[in-house]
Amino acid sequence: MKSGKIPNQVLQVGLVFLIVGATMILVRQRFIPESFGELGHYRADAVEVNASHEIQFAGWQACAECHDDVVATKNSSFHRTLSCETCHGPAAEHAREEAEEDPPLPTGKELCLTCHRYLVSRPTGFPQIIEDRHEPAKACHSCHDPHDPVPSERPESCAGCHATISRVIAVSHHAPLDCEVCHEAEPEHFLRPRAHLPRKPFERDFCGNCHAAGIETPANFRGVDLTALDIPKIEQDTHGGTLLCWQCHYQHSPEAR
Amino acid sequence: MPKNYERREFLADLVKFPCATLLLGVSGPIKALASAGDEYQASEHHYAMGVQIEKCIGCGKCVEACKIENDVPMEPYYFRTWIERYIIYADGEVSVDSPNGGIDGFPPIESEKAILRTFFVPKLCNHCENPPCVQVCPVGATFKTQDGVILVDDDYCIGCRYCIQACPYGARFLDPRTHTAGKCTFCYHRITDGLLPACVEICPTQARIFGELDKLSTPLNRMMRQSNIQVLKAHMNTEPKVFYSDLDGEVR
Amino acid sequence: MNPAHKAQLEAALQQVTGFIYPNEAELHWSILVVIYPYITGLVAGAFILASLEKVFKVKDLQPTYRLALLTALAFVFVAPLPLQAHLGHPERAFEIFLTPNPASAMAMFGFVYAWYLMVVLLLEIWFEFREDMVRWRQQSRGLKKLFYWLISLGSRDVSPEAVAFDHKAVYAITILGIPSAFLLHGYVGFIFGSVKANPFWSSVLMPIVFLFSAIVSGISLVLILYYVTTLIRRKTLDQKCLNALAAFLFYALIIDLSLELLDFIHRLYESEESIEILAELIFSKLFISLAIVQILLGTIGPLLLLAFALFTGLPNELKRLAFFIAAIFIQVGIFSTRWNVVIGGQLFSKSFRGLTAYKLELGGQEGLLAALGLLILPFVILYVLLKLLPPWDDARTSDTKPLEG
Repeated sequence: MKSGKIPNQVLQVGLVFLIVGATMILVRQRFIPESFGELGHYRADAVEVNASHEIQFAGWQACAECHDDVVATKNSSFHRTLSCETCHGPAAEHAREEAEEDPPLPTGKELCLTCHRYLVSRPTGFPQIIEDRHEPAKACHSCHDPHDPVPSERPESCAGCHATISRVIAVSHHAPLDCEVCHEAEPEHFLRPRAHLPRKPFERDFCGNCHAAGIETPANFRGVDLTALDIPKIEQDTHGGTLLCWQCHYQHSPEAR
Repeated sequence: MPKNYERREFLADLVKFPCATLLLGVSGPIKALASAGDEYQASEHHYAMGVQIEKCIGCGKCVEACKIENDVPMEPYYFRTWIERYIIYADGEVSVDSPNGGIDGFPPIESEKAILRTFFVPKLCNHCENPPCVQVCPVGATFKTQDGVILVDDDYCIGCRYCIQACPYGARFLDPRTHTAGKCTFCYHRITDGLLPACVEICPTQARIFGELDKLSTPLNRMMRQSNIQVLKAHMNTEPKVFYSDLDGEVR
Repeated sequence: MNPAHKAQLEAALQQVTGFIYPNEAELHWSILVVIYPYITGLVAGAFILASLEKVFKVKDLQPTYRLALLTALAFVFVAPLPLQAHLGHPERAFEIFLTPNPASAMAMFGFVYAWYLMVVLLLEIWFEFREDMVRWRQQSRGLKKLFYWLISLGSRDVSPEAVAFDHKAVYAITILGIPSAFLLHGYVGFIFGSVKANPFWSSVLMPIVFLFSAIVSGISLVLILYYVTTLIRRKTLDQKCLNALAAFLFYALIIDLSLELLDFIHRLYESEESIEILAELIFSKLFISLAIVQILLGTIGPLLLLAFALFTGLPNELKRLAFFIAAIFIQVGIFSTRWNVVIGGQLFSKSFRGLTAYKLELGGQEGLLAALGLLILPFVILYVLLKLLPPWDDARTSDTKPLEG
């Protein structure tokens, strides 16, 4: 080896690296999928693969093409937000008239109870029942038409729908007060709750009936005897300025003194 | 399913939401209408989902529908969507459960303790604008489409599961049959055909709202105008596209 | 669905405490992914030890230089195997070279690995052994001659100038190799440390902690190998060399422990959202493998033993034994470290509300036997390498002894 020349061993190693490197680059070019990189760092064809999955749920509009009368009934009922397939199961095959059998007609209670069994976590106002106490021997559809369900009778207590509030008030200072003490509800409210909203208190004087200084605790406040209670009293003219009572106090669970 | 489905759905929405008709002067939806019926153009869409916590009744129908629609393994370890139940007791204890993802609904609560708040939270892939799963995929087998949906390329995924580790929401799993990553696709095969995702279609209380993010006067935008909107784990900066209304601070 | 897999998931679900996301019942990175950072750590550590001799001129370490290089090579061959075996689609692994996602930390694996194997380790070993390979070829016959001709790439020049060039090349490659070894293992740390979804992993210290634990594990492995091979060859141990190894091991272990403590204190002090579930994890599922095995047996114990052996007037025989025992415990401790990071990081739910479980299977693709196989394999490769490229001074060609292992 002479100085200034590239040593032999470097040429040998270099040649091997060159061959390995070139092979890798060539092989790489050969194997990159065709559509890779067309839309981004992925195979564009994969979008099509994802989009070509078979549809199972046809959607209620597909049902409406034949069953328009049932859909129309359902769409104006309490069950208007349900899709037909929520209860009848996936029906795309049926809609394409390929299925051998019709979609199932649910008959048992379990399907209804999936939504309507009482669970404390369900939203306030959502109609729920305790199955042992609510007509245990009868099928749901013997009283309620699933396509146009209405409560067959007035709920016994407000808690049936307003569970959260009733739970809160039950452990509060306002526990002795019935809901009707503050809210007057027309009977229709129990059947068409949103169409017939109950009244709510709207002025300070209402709370003042019990809490204003100098006012004697009523022995008969809309039918409730309150005299046994140690009710906090305030100077109504100065207390809280122009604020309404419920802007500071939560009326369903007023804070302890 | 007819291809001009989207137009019909849109018209149906107009009837359902009268205020939307007032906003029809905006050109966006009209253009979208004009293109309906032609071949699907991914670049014209930008999908998102709204979830109204206050409407979810925890029935689990969405979980069931998702598994049926997308052929997700029925075993209780694989979910593209699931429901969690949160119970916040008066003493501050927080209890969360999701038996079998909530697919059969939820059992009554056993505890006798006083409850402060309790509610259901539907979960699914958040289709993040800034998805960590896509970032970490070594080969480009999971990706964000032009319409903003995060998909998996089953024929290319090597099954390394880095995406599963990277997802802060536990929204991914390894499909035991294909040995590739599985996840919610917003029912990509449905939405590109003008249908709603199966979970949205089937939800009996319309707790889930699917729609376009960049278009005005849609059910989704109406919800996002009128509610307090939260996303899950906002501090992760993943920019989720599943928007929750009235989400409790305890939800993770 | 495979019934064994199903039974495993059912068992895992039974052991869940608190709440986990439903998809979290399956633990995704198994023991094979524990082995991967363990092995790359040994590679990087052994290489850094070798570079101490070459670049930093620690002459005492000369007897272990070539051994360390071959150790690194033996382990680097095995390093990608656990990853490959763990993939859902091992046959698609090559895609990482076809379409590496530039945004993905893991996509760089192929390139970091190829760079380290091809450009650093193989080149350095080739230049280091070239002169010997040429001479071994001249001395042997038949297949062996062909083999040496092949791996020496037909090189013949053993003139003093050529050999001098080899030395310069080795020096240059080692200088390049130090950051590369840091890259190889620091990068593995980054794969974990950059997962923001996982608070147990997500730490900027992760690559550094990985690196120093790698140095610790590499030095201790070479110490063990030097000790064992020398005894098997019935040669005398070089006490100076062992002292130097033990001293470096001691200091590296102190840095490693300090970094781990820093990480621990930092987490505790910041006390983020995840602190409660991580505390629960450490005090329940990880208590034995972390507090007992990793910290007590794997770090504090060896530190005390090394300090005692190094800084007291212990007779040389006992000193050597103490070094050896400390090195063994360090290996157990480092494996435990990898276990705690990889498995531990998956035992808690990302909802921070519950813990899950990992049940190690015996057989199967990701079972204990496969893992043991992968841990034994590098030693088999090393055995072959030591036979073919004896790194011992007495096998050097300046010595006229015939070539027999």
